[in-house]
Amino acid sequence: MSFIEQLENLDKRQSATLRRFGELLTGSVPLERLAQQSALLTRQYFGRTMRLFAPLYVSNECVNICKYCGFSRDNAILRVTLDYEQVEAEARFLVAQGFRSILIVAGEHPKFVAPNYLVECIQRIRRMVPSVSLEVAPLTVEEYRTIVSAGAEGLTVFQETYDPELYARLHTAGPKKDFAWRLACPERAYEAGFRRIGLGALLGLGEWRREALSLAAHVEYLLKHCWKSHITVCFPRLRPAAGAFQPLRHMDERDLTRLICALRVTFPQIGLVLSTREHPQFRDGIAPLGITSMSAGAHTEPGGYTGAGREKLRLTQCGKPLTVIPAEDESATPQFIISDSRATAEVAARLKEIGLDPVWKDWEYAFEGAA
Amino acid sequence: MFHSRLFLGTGKFSSLTVMRDTLTVSGAELVTVALRRADLSGKDDPFADILQYVDREKFLIIPNTSGAMNASEAVRLSRLAVEAGLPKWVKVEIHPDPRYLLPDPVETLKATEILVKEGFTVLPYINADPVLAKRLEDAGAAVVMPLGSPIGSNRGLETRAQLEIIIEQATVPVIVDAGLGAPSHAAAAMELGAAAVLVNTAVAIANNPPLMVRAFAAAVSAGRAAYETGLPDARRSASATSPLTGFLEVAR
Repeated sequence: MSFIEQLENLDKRQSATLRRFGELLTGSVPLERLAQQSALLTRQYFGRTMRLFAPLYVSNECVNICKYCGFSRDNAILRVTLDYEQVEAEARFLVAQGFRSILIVAGEHPKFVAPNYLVECIQRIRRMVPSVSLEVAPLTVEEYRTIVSAGAEGLTVFQETYDPELYARLHTAGPKKDFAWRLACPERAYEAGFRRIGLGALLGLGEWRREALSLAAHVEYLLKHCWKSHITVCFPRLRPAAGAFQPLRHMDERDLTRLICALRVTFPQIGLVLSTREHPQFRDGIAPLGITSMSAGAHTEPGGYTGAGREKLRLTQCGKPLTVIPAEDESATPQFIISDSRATAEVAARLKEIGLDPVWKDWEYAFEGAA
Repeated sequence: MFHSRLFLGTGKFSSLTVMRDTLTVSGAELVTVALRRADLSGKDDPFADILQYVDREKFLIIPNTSGAMNASEAVRLSRLAVEAGLPKWVKVEIHPDPRYLLPDPVETLKATEILVKEGFTVLPYINADPVLAKRLEDAGAAVVMPLGSPIGSNRGLETRAQLEIIIEQATVPVIVDAGLGAPSHAAAAMELGAAAVLVNTAVAIANNPPLMVRAFAAAVSAGRAAYETGLPDARRSASATSPLTGFLEVAR
């Protein structure tokens, strides 16, 4: 049975694992007890370490209209696609900060962000760091294969919401409208040989417990069917962005903590990833409880680290250029506003204070090619 | 010639300084380092400097291929390690399954065959499979390293029955690796006749790793001493003081 069929039947058929996970979300177990169990399991399986990575936005051009996203086509924002030298300049900056693991991020645009563009970006960055992963629009298995051959080891695709009706309301134009095509991305990625596969629901769209249950079902499915890939889950909570979309559903930090700990207790060996969407105090607090990988010092706009690409910014809306000329020092518009703006070194120092060893390099050039 | 029968892993510590301090007091002489965490480029990368924290005068570093999915990746990684100046020893660790990190027997045998031919001292990490252990011996492995239970599980010698067969049949040293969560587990492995044990998680995540490593070292010595002296056979049942067959001796 494909995952989409399982998702459709989630109310009728749930494994014992999922039922237990659902109970953990309801509050039947006190949060403190859940957190202690989660912290213990995380320490056992991952030790006292935290992997660090940074996103590298290469383009904020996008053909989709997604109501919550700053890059949405109908937002009048400053857009740019970095050229290869600019991508290298950004990567060099991140390498100097210590990063040996870089996540390439881009909007969806068949012209500006074509697979061959991504391949070249990967090859250039991979000369500097061993671990390169991607968070880009869904591709075909064949396209993913060329990406893997270029040296990328990980792929992250957030489903945004696992509720198809809500999905349809939020994604009103562009190829991203295709719910099922996006949902099957992890399996296509696995077939193409990606070693790490990242999932997530954008928290703040659907009712969080419902989204969490679907997400856990997805994890359970992939652990069985894609057994050679390391499965990771990220927890993006909606942040303010261009378009000023307001969260449809509230999810507070206690809820988020419960979700993270419940996932850890249910799936002790999966990777759990936290971005700079969350504020420093929360990140420091949750770090030892279940998280295994964190971004730090992040920018969510292309050229954000070095100012690369500023000379060719274009203010566009629905693909059409607007006549306003950007000020000289203006940068591209970010995807969202981050909450943890601490410098990378500061985050690493804080992790050490908490008793976690920041791990920068955890991958080798010798691992490459399809599985 | 090595004196300690305790081998240590270097992952999962709260800092590289704590790791170094733990190694120092452990009495261990062999330590294994995951190559994916080390800098093999020769650039002394300060963000991948785990090898700087292992004193090569005191310890033999055995690189491990953790993260490799198949034989060709493990072989490539081993060659890179030698180019980077590491000893021509390698702990072959091939686990395509990132969840339980269970070793792939087919790829492990393949990698061992290639690396032995290239002159490596090969220490393969395997499931507790007696036939595979013999096949690896035939291929020229220096030791075999069967698991007690899955990596990081702290469940001890769940494979005891298979380990007993491996030890009984082996012509190379048997090093019990993985899953040893308490000093008593290590002692039990030594009592079975293991030549050594390899411990990582239980020490690295302890509240006081230097203290825990000393506890493991003591357990290893105790278990070995008991093995050498010979443990009395455990009896499955009580022996009756009035034999049940006594009637046969009664003269008619």
